[in-house]
Amino acid sequence: MQLRVNPISCVGHGLCAELLPEWIELDDWGYPILNGTDLPPDLLQHARRAANSCPTLALLLDSEGG
Amino acid sequence: MTTASLPRLLLGLDDHPISQLDEHLDVHGPLPSLRKRDRQQLIALIEDAGLRGHGGASFPAARKMRAVTSRRGPSIVVANGCEGEPASMKDGTLLREVPHLVLDGAAVAARAVGARAAIVALPDHDDRTAHALQAAVRDRQRAGIRDDPSFEVARLEPHYLAGQESALVSALGGGPGKPSFTPPRPFERGVRGRPTLVQNVETLAHVALIARHGADWFRQLGTPSDPGSTLVTVSGAVASPGVFEIEHGMWLSELLDSVGLDDRLAAVLVGGYFGTWLTASEVPRVRLASESLSAYGATLGAGVVVALGAGACPVAESTRIAEFFAAQSAGQCGPCVNGLHAVAQTVQQLAAGTADRTARSDLDRWTSQLPRRGACQHPDGAVRFIRSSLRAFEAEFRDHARRGPCERCSSPPVLPTPARRRR
Ligand SMILES: Cc1cc2nc3c(=O)[nH]c(=O)nc-3n(C[C@H](O)[C@H](O)[C@H](O)COP(=O)(O)O)c2cc1C
Ligand code: SF4
Ligand code: SF4
Repeated sequence: MQLRVNPISCVGHGLCAELLPEWIELDDWGYPILNGTDLPPDLLQHARRAANSCPTLALLLDSEGG
Repeated sequence: MTTASLPRLLLGLDDHPISQLDEHLDVHGPLPSLRKRDRQQLIALIEDAGLRGHGGASFPAARKMRAVTSRRGPSIVVANGCEGEPASMKDGTLLREVPHLVLDGAAVAARAVGARAAIVALPDHDDRTAHALQAAVRDRQRAGIRDDPSFEVARLEPHYLAGQESALVSALGGGPGKPSFTPPRPFERGVRGRPTLVQNVETLAHVALIARHGADWFRQLGTPSDPGSTLVTVSGAVASPGVFEIEHGMWLSELLDSVGLDDRLAAVLVGGYFGTWLTASEVPRVRLASESLSAYGATLGAGVVVALGAGACPVAESTRIAEFFAAQSAGQCGPCVNGLHAVAQTVQQLAAGTADRTARSDLDRWTSQLPRRGACQHPDGAVRFIRSSLRAFEAEFRDHARRGPCERCSSPPVLPTPARRRR
């Protein structure tokens, strides 16, 4: 499982980085930079919560990756 | 016609375009009947030939075709003639000079992926090319070529992103012509919701010849990774700029010799605006094939070769392109909009000698953070160019940062930056 952002719908207020700081940092303008590798199993639960909390549903949990 | 000779695509072109179907068939011979050809066999033929895309990304053509055939329902072929690269002229040249070769290729591709319709997309400012193409389509309809799909010519608003495949799909569907978030990719859901094969017009022209002469013939020219020939558009500080067909693997210096330099060479931009600068000292070691170019982080991309002479200012040129990239952003993705704007502004300040001390580290950070964070590869390509400029012209950038503009900064621009038309 990997996390992806739909950059067109992301509005960059950084909620995801607050919920998942282990995996998401913010750039100079507050847009998320994701660790692009496979999520470790112990973060899956948190990742799912972060994805569900994104107000524009821009954060996606992908099984295929890329 | 089995000898390994050039030209291939531009065969028989001396003083006038090959616009008549009869003449086209005299030059290239008939296209073998497609009805008898099995789809998977046709794709295997393209695969054996090792044909890669000529629109910029050099993706294996057969793999894309196979991806389309893996989807259900009727598919559609789009011949991408948008040619958003300001320094490229090869696609327009093909469509104007050898329209039937492109249409043959689209017909073969349509057969391979099971499409009944093929759309040729080109920029709407180019009346001459559109008319040549429309005449060629009518010519074929009159001749009643049974294997042809139904051809459509679509004239789209020209801009740098117009030919990006998801933007193209959007424009062809009557949308705003901006890139979309993928998936679905065009091969999954493209024009009219159908699986769509988007292929550059030059790629299709090669397909037309591979269908005639076979994979072995195709591989008689070129290198193992880049078989065959390619069109290049050569411009800048050269005596005879233009579109030429070369063998993959040709020495870059040989190409430059053949067009004649008209200034002392400073650097060569290879690939396009998403491409890479090679410095004058690197040029003699480079062949125009991925095996050689990859050592410099370069690709042949869309076949653009721009020679920068010693009379031009590389810092001013790079700055204009950085600003062009920022202006061409489709304005949809935060990282692209903010990042490219900040990059352009900072490069401009370096050029003007007004940058603050963090400029270089800011640029390093932004350019390393931007790739893969837009809906399309515009920021990736832009960042590649900027990083290449900062590397190739490090001394010149340092001089500008210290002393401000040089006397060459006001030289006439070498790299064209067409303004985006607004309607
Ligand atoms: C910003 C951007 C602009 C592009 N413009 C063009 C273009 O003008 N013409 C083109 O053939 N491909 C263009 N491409 C590449 C297309 O998305 C697509 O990969 C290509 O048309 C596929 O054909 P090919 O595999 O035969 O090269 C562009 C890509 C990007 C990211
Ligand atoms: S929470 Fe959603 S909208 Fe906000 S920065 Fe993260 S991905 Fe973007
Ligand atoms: S990355 Fe830039 S150019 Fe591409 S879709 Fe997003 S905003 Fe538009």
